[in-house]
Amino acid sequence: MGRAAYIRRRLILMAFVLFGVTVVIFGMVRILPGDPAFLILGDRATDQKAAELRQQLGLNRPFLEQYWMFVSGFAHGDMGQSLLYRQPVGDLVLTRVPITLALSGYAMGLAAIITLTFGILAAINKGRWPDQLIRIGFLFALTTPNFWFGILLILLFGLTLHWFPVAGFGETLPQHIWYLFLPALTLALQLSAVLIRNLRGQIIQTLRSDYVRTAHAKGLSERLVLLRHVLRNALLSTVTIFGLQFGFLVGGAIVIETVFALPGTGQLLIQSITARDYPVVQAITVVSAVLVIVVNLVVDLSYSVLDPRVTYE
Amino acid sequence: MSEKVLGVRPRDLTRVRPVMRSRRIRLNPTLVAGLVLLGLVVLVAIAAPLLTPYDPIAQQFTESFLPPFSPGHVLGTDNFGRDIWSRIAYSTRLDLQIGLLSVLFPFIFGGLMGIGTGYLGGKLDTILMRIVDVLMAFPFLILVIAIMSILGPGLTNLYIAVGVVGWIPYARITRGETLATRHLEYVLAARTIGCSSTRIMLRHILPNVIAPALIYVFTGMVLAILTGATLSFLGLGPQPPTPEWGAMIAEGRQFLLLAWWMTTLPGLALLVVGVALSLIGDGLAENRGG
Repeated sequence: MGRAAYIRRRLILMAFVLFGVTVVIFGMVRILPGDPAFLILGDRATDQKAAELRQQLGLNRPFLEQYWMFVSGFAHGDMGQSLLYRQPVGDLVLTRVPITLALSGYAMGLAAIITLTFGILAAINKGRWPDQLIRIGFLFALTTPNFWFGILLILLFGLTLHWFPVAGFGETLPQHIWYLFLPALTLALQLSAVLIRNLRGQIIQTLRSDYVRTAHAKGLSERLVLLRHVLRNALLSTVTIFGLQFGFLVGGAIVIETVFALPGTGQLLIQSITARDYPVVQAITVVSAVLVIVVNLVVDLSYSVLDPRVTYE
Repeated sequence: MSEKVLGVRPRDLTRVRPVMRSRRIRLNPTLVAGLVLLGLVVLVAIAAPLLTPYDPIAQQFTESFLPPFSPGHVLGTDNFGRDIWSRIAYSTRLDLQIGLLSVLFPFIFGGLMGIGTGYLGGKLDTILMRIVDVLMAFPFLILVIAIMSILGPGLTNLYIAVGVVGWIPYARITRGETLATRHLEYVLAARTIGCSSTRIMLRHILPNVIAPALIYVFTGMVLAILTGATLSFLGLGPQPPTPEWGAMIAEGRQFLLLAWWMTTLPGLALLVVGVALSLIGDGLAENRGG
């Protein structure tokens, strides 16, 4: 299959997944027994309020029409009204998304640096103490609850040493970088734990291949072989995992935002759940799923840049 | 006719000895370290009432904010004067239970789904893979939180929310293994002598594809316990005053400078359980030459 055909198939699949995502989210409130209006209103519910809400959410219309309203609304950027803030959900969510994205992007950058440094270090010292130390260290990073680790960082670097601020995200770009460092580091360490294992294995495997032996035989320096020949191939599968972990990262960002009091989507999500602001929960879930779908598509398509040999099955 | 000639029924001919069982589980340092650590944790969970004289939810305001190593309170007390060690010890039961139960049903369901779709293929397989595609598009934690927001907080709802996506890794693993196994000679042989598809899947394929899924169980448990703790940290898990590590960490947050032990120690407990389970998973994977 050629590249164009592959991309076409991939896009069709993406459209299908998007359709599935909307069905899941749309169905979520409606498959539950009982009246969704009462469910959303909770203890605030009165008959009159419930009737108003049913009207507002279109719950009194036929099922398919409701679904159509839901999907076409989203397509137009109209995600309904927030029950708590009494303003359009779209505006509410979209002002928060950049913070979550910035945090995730920052964490990905840090994770890339950490992974490359320690992955290479572990691989070239295979079996010796630096390798063991890295393995144990990142085993801990993998199993540490990230919200707890974030709090520890606040306690140590914020409250005790006063090196970093403990909340908010600053005004200017240098400030953003400084304010977001601890939360991004928290996310990055956990992400790297997954990636380092993979990169280490891939490098060790690649080092055994014939073309690396040839490169050595040509008299190329150790450094050049490692960086130019080995790494490029070894990184292929690590990058895939990197992409697949994006969803995990966004999920982590939600929690870390609450720990570091960052006004991103995470904070909004938690608030909305407590307030049973269902339209907002719905919107955030859809937006995050769409982000993950897009990132995975980009990762899939970027294969060909990293490895021209890739065939599209 | 064939039964007469051979003097045996197909059932006896195909009594399979699973590869996994014939190869004993070899102990390696990683596995031993994990088992010992988990053994200790389980011991604490079982013997919690014997290990501490205090009720984990009994409040004693005269004793609040005692630091660790105070007389009578090894790990100190919290803002309500509750003994931290006894809260941690009792919470071990809850968190281990969360780990076990949120993995059990997804493992069974996902494992069987993977084998079934992998062996039978066709439309069933396509449908399963599309469902997986859709569910995988959601960030795990956000989907779990969204489901919890509808079902409401609580343990049972936590199992349901985690289970909705939790079965996917097992289905993927057993499906992949089954695809690799279904054309092997012993499966063809079983089919030739007339074994039913169900029998082939359950008696021939299952024992040979289940090992990697079992190894993943330990990773799955770590993930489930961390997810449970995260949800309860966010206030969506078991409700106070039930002792749960994640909830304890959340309670301690407002007293971070005053009583660092309130947040630090429950997190360490989570870490110990996570490391124990990960070591076991790693150890088992090493055994299989992974």
